[in-house]
Amino acid sequence: MKASRLLLVGLLALATPVFAQQAKVTTFTLQNGMEAVVIEDHRAPVVTHMVWYRVGSADEAPGKSGIAHFLEHLMFVGTDDIPEGDFSRIIEGLGGDDNAFTSYDYTAYFQRISTEHLELMMTMEADRMRDLVLNEEAVQTERDVVLSERAQRTDSDPGSLFSEQRAAALYMNHHYGIPVIGWRHEIEQLNLTDALEFYRHYYAPNNAILVVAGDVDPHEVEALAVAHYGKLEPSDGITARARPTEPPHLSPRRLEFFDARVSNPYVIRSYLAPERNTGSQSQAAALTVLAELLGGSGLTSVLGKALQLEDPIAVSTGAFYSATSLDPDSFGVYVVPGAGVSLQEAEAKMDTVLEEFLLNGPDPAQMERIKAQIRASEIYALDDQNGLARRYGAALSIGLTIEDIANWPDELNAVTADDVMAAARDVFTLENSVTGWLMKEGTE
Amino acid sequence: MRHLLSLFFAIALAVPASATDIQKVTSESGITAWLVEEHSIPIVSFDILFRGGASIEPSDKHGATYLMTGLLEEGAGQYDATEFLEATEALAARFSFDASRDLVSINATVLKENLDPSMELLRIALTEPRFDAIAFERVREQVNSVIRRAETNPQSLGGSHFRTLAFGDHPYARSLEGTLESIAALTPQDMREAHQTALTHDRIVVGVVGDITPEELAKLLDTVFAALPGSSSEIVPMTSMQAGGGIDVIYHPSPQSVAIFGHAGIMRDDPDYIAAYVMNHIMGTGFTSRLNQEIREKRGLTYGVSSFLAPYDRAGLYMGAMSSSNENIAEAIDLIRLEWAKMADNGVTNEELEAAQKYLTGSYPLRFDSNGAIASILAGLQFANLPIDYIATRNDLVNAITVEDINRVASRLVQPDKLHFVIVGQPEGIAAR
Repeated sequence: MKASRLLLVGLLALATPVFAQQAKVTTFTLQNGMEAVVIEDHRAPVVTHMVWYRVGSADEAPGKSGIAHFLEHLMFVGTDDIPEGDFSRIIEGLGGDDNAFTSYDYTAYFQRISTEHLELMMTMEADRMRDLVLNEEAVQTERDVVLSERAQRTDSDPGSLFSEQRAAALYMNHHYGIPVIGWRHEIEQLNLTDALEFYRHYYAPNNAILVVAGDVDPHEVEALAVAHYGKLEPSDGITARARPTEPPHLSPRRLEFFDARVSNPYVIRSYLAPERNTGSQSQAAALTVLAELLGGSGLTSVLGKALQLEDPIAVSTGAFYSATSLDPDSFGVYVVPGAGVSLQEAEAKMDTVLEEFLLNGPDPAQMERIKAQIRASEIYALDDQNGLARRYGAALSIGLTIEDIANWPDELNAVTADDVMAAARDVFTLENSVTGWLMKEGTE
Repeated sequence: MRHLLSLFFAIALAVPASATDIQKVTSESGITAWLVEEHSIPIVSFDILFRGGASIEPSDKHGATYLMTGLLEEGAGQYDATEFLEATEALAARFSFDASRDLVSINATVLKENLDPSMELLRIALTEPRFDAIAFERVREQVNSVIRRAETNPQSLGGSHFRTLAFGDHPYARSLEGTLESIAALTPQDMREAHQTALTHDRIVVGVVGDITPEELAKLLDTVFAALPGSSSEIVPMTSMQAGGGIDVIYHPSPQSVAIFGHAGIMRDDPDYIAAYVMNHIMGTGFTSRLNQEIREKRGLTYGVSSFLAPYDRAGLYMGAMSSSNENIAEAIDLIRLEWAKMADNGVTNEELEAAQKYLTGSYPLRFDSNGAIASILAGLQFANLPIDYIATRNDLVNAITVEDINRVASRLVQPDKLHFVIVGQPEGIAAR
């Protein structure tokens, strides 16, 4: 899913339970290296069954952009035991829903279904982990579907095209600069061999994480996992994920993107920013709180208060940061100016707000309200089985541990005004940034 | 993502599961809510609907209901907009306010420990909104940006054109947000009037799930809603699809074309609604549907095609949506026409019906996956005037449908010659007619 990293932006719901109540979480690891997490939720006889692979678009070989996402589609074709086209048909026939998503750092497959069918879901998911069967015709048809997906989600949306251009400018070397769905001219060339090579290299139990959430007993889940996933052979081709890294950024980059379909021009700036790392999450926690302070909530946030209330030049403002990624990610701010306000003026005023924030620091009352919401988000998270499952899957697939996940709310709660200021001074380095103007064709 | 998830018309279709022991709670002043107690998590979710929505606003106040709804959290009682938001944040309460053609809806999920002060904020938002001039101007400018976006978004352009064709002079034909001109003419006084018209105690529907007892809820219902006025406006008249079959093309500079299509549909209270719902599942929802198999799986012509029953409160439409490249859209539309004709002429097979019944009954419990989701199901059932035991009987209703039922409803509902397509893009090989 192309947008998945952005969706995490600013959502404090990422935090994990440690306060009043906690989700009951059990973990185990199979002998072949497959990790597993069980999250109990006994309110309804339903289960979410997910398998996450530690591979995403940023792991693709040069020239093969889109292969991770294309393979995700092809994983529904069939296996040596499941005839072509029957995978989703079987699940639908049992009243289940299934889907999958691809990000820069992971690819995940899931079913939501009545608990009694959990074993069959494991049988089927284990089957397609090692025994996928593809043919030329299915590959060609699905490639057309993916090209349609790109047309629908990217090429038809000037905001998405703009976002691709900005990412390509922000990352000079790292593959976060290449869209998850892939560049069109490279998708067009992807073939059966590319898909199978990628599959055979990365799809193995020692590169996978099982997440089961719902009305289940963890011991029973473990027994089922041992029976179905435990028999799969690990791959010896799985190595540490080493990707190209960024050289020093010596010059701020700027771009103007014109498109006839733009309705509301805006200015947006992204800075390279550190991410959560195992045993070292405090800077990411401070940046998470910083994003909330600057632009988390409209009128009560720093940008909103300044540019929507006091000097109301903007229709909308915001800040975003995705803490949970494998490699350094981005911290961003944006302003959508109102009618008659130029992007130049909007950018200048945005900069003034950031400068003043660096001088004055956060309002203690706002900090307190954000902390209250962080604590509450842990209680609300208990009502969101799918969200909890994704929290664990995403974090584990980028190398964080269960302990890191458990500590994250504490990390957020421990952030002080000084931490926020130190993180802000560090991240707001213009050389590390890309500033973009999205404009309507034919305007200045 | 393999399928684009689509969210539409959750209200009329929402139904469900096993854990649902629904209590009908009536307050002293006579306000009713459906409640499911769920004490395992210390939160409470409310889904509150007011019948009427934007369709009941006067034609010279086009857009007033949408703008008014956006202003409910922008200042109320003693609080200006900022203070109201700060108070909400301090309590970690989660409110959302929304309007549609048929209703104004409010979702609130709050911490049990902050239940009373959170509900007090909700009370003033619903009964004492301020509509301060400065907030009014700010939110109106935001709505302007929503309107401008709709003018360049292919889905919005197509949907808007389709509604005009479908509903002619009926209020349903109007856009929800108004036009740049119509909202420029609105005033804070219009907001006060729209508020008095749209939020009335005799048109309220309430679903509640969470850590609350019937006694606590009965008291809250009076505290929060008792000051609302009674209704003075009429619900709009019934209508049905006006236009016949055809194709309209709206030029848009895009590499692909979006198609919105449909014709007259079926009302939620029609005795054949469930049969139509099952039939549509076979036609156009899910992986195994005929449209998806023919257009996506076999030919790769689209990332997403679907059909759906659109049961408005005062009209029913049978609709669908698809996007495809400009070169391929003509072929994809021919395939839709073919499937429409096949369904009208031949109906469905036993195997298709059985598979649909298994999916629809088996997946019903999946809808009950959070307090908020269940609260909105409870409110949706009441909005559709369905009985309180509907959830318990719904799967039996689906299982009772026969091939004959579906074929009967298909021959009545599915009308290939009435199918009207609106295409937004630069389609090749298609002439408007």
